Amino acid sequence: MSRYGLLIDYEYCTGCHSCETACKVEKNLPTGKWGIQVKQVGPWEIENNRWQFDYIPIPTDICDLCAERRAQGKLPICVHHCQSMAIEFGPIEELAKKSASKPKTVLYSR
Amino acid sequence: MSTTRVFDPSVYRKEWQWKEGDYTVTRTTQWSGPGCHDGCGVLIFTDKDGKFVKMEGDPNNPYNKGRLCMRCLGIKEAIEHKDRQIYPLKRVGGRGSNKWERITWDEALNTIEKKVKHYTETYGSHSIGCYGGTGRNAFWQLPSIARSVFETPHATSFISGNACYLPRITIMNLVAGDAMVADCAQMYEESFNHPEWKAPEVMIQWGVNTVISNSDGFYGHWIIDLMKQGTKFITVDPSMTWIAAKSDYFLQIRPGTDGALALAMLNVIINEDLYDHDFVENWTYGFEQLAERVQEYTPEFAAKVCEISKDIIIESARAFAKAKPASIHWGVALDMIKHGVAAAHAIMCLWAITGNLDVPGGNILMSAARWQAECAAFFAERSPQPKVGKPGAKRYPLIEEIGGRPSWDWEMLLMGDEKYNPLEDPYKIRMLYTTNSNSFAGNCAEAPRAFEALNNLEFVVCADYWITPTVSALADIFLPLSMSCERDSMRSWWAPLRTISKVVTPPGECKSDEEILLLLGKHFHPERFPWNDPREIMDAIMEARPDHLYKTTFNELEKKVYAYEGFEYKKYEKGLARADGEAGFNTATGLCELYISVFDAVGLDPLPYYREPTEGPVSTPELMEEYPFILTTGRRTWEFFHTEHRQLPLMREFRPDPMVEMNPEDAADLGLEDGDWIWIQNVHGKCKQKLYINEGMKKGVVSAEHGWWFPERDGSKEGGYYGAFESNINNLTTACDIGPTGNAAPYKTQICKVYKVTPENEKYELTSEEVKRSFEARRYLVDKPEKDPYA
Repeated sequence: MSRYGLLIDYEYCTGCHSCETACKVEKNLPTGKWGIQVKQVGPWEIENNRWQFDYIPIPTDICDLCAERRAQGKLPICVHHCQSMAIEFGPIEELAKKSASKPKTVLYSR
Repeated sequence: MSTTRVFDPSVYRKEWQWKEGDYTVTRTTQWSGPGCHDGCGVLIFTDKDGKFVKMEGDPNNPYNKGRLCMRCLGIKEAIEHKDRQIYPLKRVGGRGSNKWERITWDEALNTIEKKVKHYTETYGSHSIGCYGGTGRNAFWQLPSIARSVFETPHATSFISGNACYLPRITIMNLVAGDAMVADCAQMYEESFNHPEWKAPEVMIQWGVNTVISNSDGFYGHWIIDLMKQGTKFITVDPSMTWIAAKSDYFLQIRPGTDGALALAMLNVIINEDLYDHDFVENWTYGFEQLAERVQEYTPEFAAKVCEISKDIIIESARAFAKAKPASIHWGVALDMIKHGVAAAHAIMCLWAITGNLDVPGGNILMSAARWQAECAAFFAERSPQPKVGKPGAKRYPLIEEIGGRPSWDWEMLLMGDEKYNPLEDPYKIRMLYTTNSNSFAGNCAEAPRAFEALNNLEFVVCADYWITPTVSALADIFLPLSMSCERDSMRSWWAPLRTISKVVTPPGECKSDEEILLLLGKHFHPERFPWNDPREIMDAIMEARPDHLYKTTFNELEKKVYAYEGFEYKKYEKGLARADGEAGFNTATGLCELYISVFDAVGLDPLPYYREPTEGPVSTPELMEEYPFILTTGRRTWEFFHTEHRQLPLMREFRPDPMVEMNPEDAADLGLEDGDWIWIQNVHGKCKQKLYINEGMKKGVVSAEHGWWFPERDGSKEGGYYGAFESNINNLTTACDIGPTGNAAPYKTQICKVYKVTPENEKYELTSEEVKRSFEARRYLVDKPEKDPYA
């Protein structure tokens, strides 16, 4: 059976916290606990006005890819609400193919 | 890259309401409160008792396509918060005692009636002021209470110089006869799939951090959708925002110098013959005068003023002019510099002369908030004409000429200066009705003096969700408000027209602004208010406009959730931009006025120009040694809408403290470290915020947040009104320093020094000395004769 995961296109992640908040509310997580957490890289200058400034969401061990929601035919809550539509859910093999042709993606397998 | 996602249509239906297990799911609009400037499509899940369960984004709403920001996702905390006030209250004890007693709505109404009668009979109804906040859908309800209930002309907000979008709205109406917005296919239900729509090749982000601010009815992440469709960006900002880092050109200007930059870009575009000859020759007025004016604003000049390179100005001007189409999305930064109207005028000339006005993917012409304007007009037409005119008119001739809002600046009515004394009749305000506004903790410039002026009021009614610093310090009567999911309403901003459905039973005795309008209306003038509920009011307004496209009722429209009214590009060619059906623009000359004929008539400069901010290295070099930094205020955050959301644990987990940003070199020079609490101080006053060292911040600039208070602290006077002054960046701003049209005010162009908070200096006390100092400083800075140092 195929494993599922999240493909995150962090070229477009703006650090808006929607995935983190949606997850905290869905899973009723208390202060200090997260099902997905966004990390900031930058801003710092690489060279000659080229800047590093990215955000990358990282699913934690609490994440079950919203098993309960998926059983209802819904997307994981972070995928549903990501304002940049930068998180995709699917079978790992399919996501890996997409990742191969799209720079600045990370693939999380569960 | 995808700008859509696949949702299961059997789960996410297109009908208005359905059952999901034990829950009812309703498709509607969240349009505050809590406050926001969007109006996203949401799914509200309620239980069998009509209690709120959760909110998710509606994938079938083209506006946000299922996406939501953290504030809606965490909204349950606001709806069910223990501090939320759900009954009318009266204060027991003196102002600032923060002691309250529950009363009935009848008692509240009778008390208000008694006071209104007293002030109307003794001084005239214009001694009553109605002041509202922003983003909580009370834009027409408050003026209607003013006009139809209290019969006063004074309905406005607490912001200095109307410095939130109205300066840009004013100049857009004068240049092109209506408002304009960057085209992100938001006028179409088909969104990006509309056959005529094109993604702009280049979009300028001017003075706006779009993804965070979601300002002026513009869903911030539309720019990400554009980016995925190939749009390249140019960003004008003192700070390296995320979009700035992704832009082809980042113009990191000194705050407040936007006008110089725009004029220099016009200089390049005109002198290098990169403008659209067809549009300029056929549809504009005053191009030759504009071409002559921009000669003095060379790229070399702007490079020096803006503190950026000449080359980047030239290159970005060329990139913008050569892109077809191109658009500009702009922000409140332009309203928050004194001569911001002139800067906005110059920016509008950029999109006009490059042929990007009302074309697919350009800046399209459209009424900004037609429905709200119709509602306000409906009540104004059914009310007596105000007997007292416009206090600002003598000082700002444009107000007399184009109408404008009856009471232009709140500070002209309550604070004044030596040129205008509002503390004497006939203009003196004695009673205040305020809804959804946290005044001195929020947008009041020169907060200590604003507070003192507000404290002079004799009777104050506040409608809100919380005991805010404003309520604690001033209110005699408190009225509890319903939140968005607890009210029936409608709203448009650009498109579509959206319904807001009351799907949740309001707690206690909370009421919406519409319900309060009706309640007060029936109490004061029952003949004017024959309706039984807000739905009937909205039906009456729709019915009163027989030509209106929405020939429908609220109950019908609610089932559709939203309605797009149809949109045409190049309306000026098709006779669709003017009321008389002629081709052209709805302006005095019928053309797009690069040279504004009305300005000429009232003695204002008809062409765009640049002036230095009141304070800064050029205007006040003598102060720069003590206050070496440029201070810009009001940087937006994901978590908060102005003064809102501070009591919500989820939002505070992400952002517990007010943050001030500085460049690492500046911080190192002063021995400051990331996370230090620092005092920010200038001649007007001081406040403290926590330092965030940001390598992307322009050197020499300090950028601070606004709207901070601490609901977890003591709200009484002794407790400092929930700390409303301690971190209040408006201790350092100036009131009554407004641009010559009566619009725009300097919230983003102060100067300051910063130093570490220590155990010895950590206490902040609001004293009359603070107020006096602020007033003296203002006198020194603002009342100096304004001269052009570049002339």
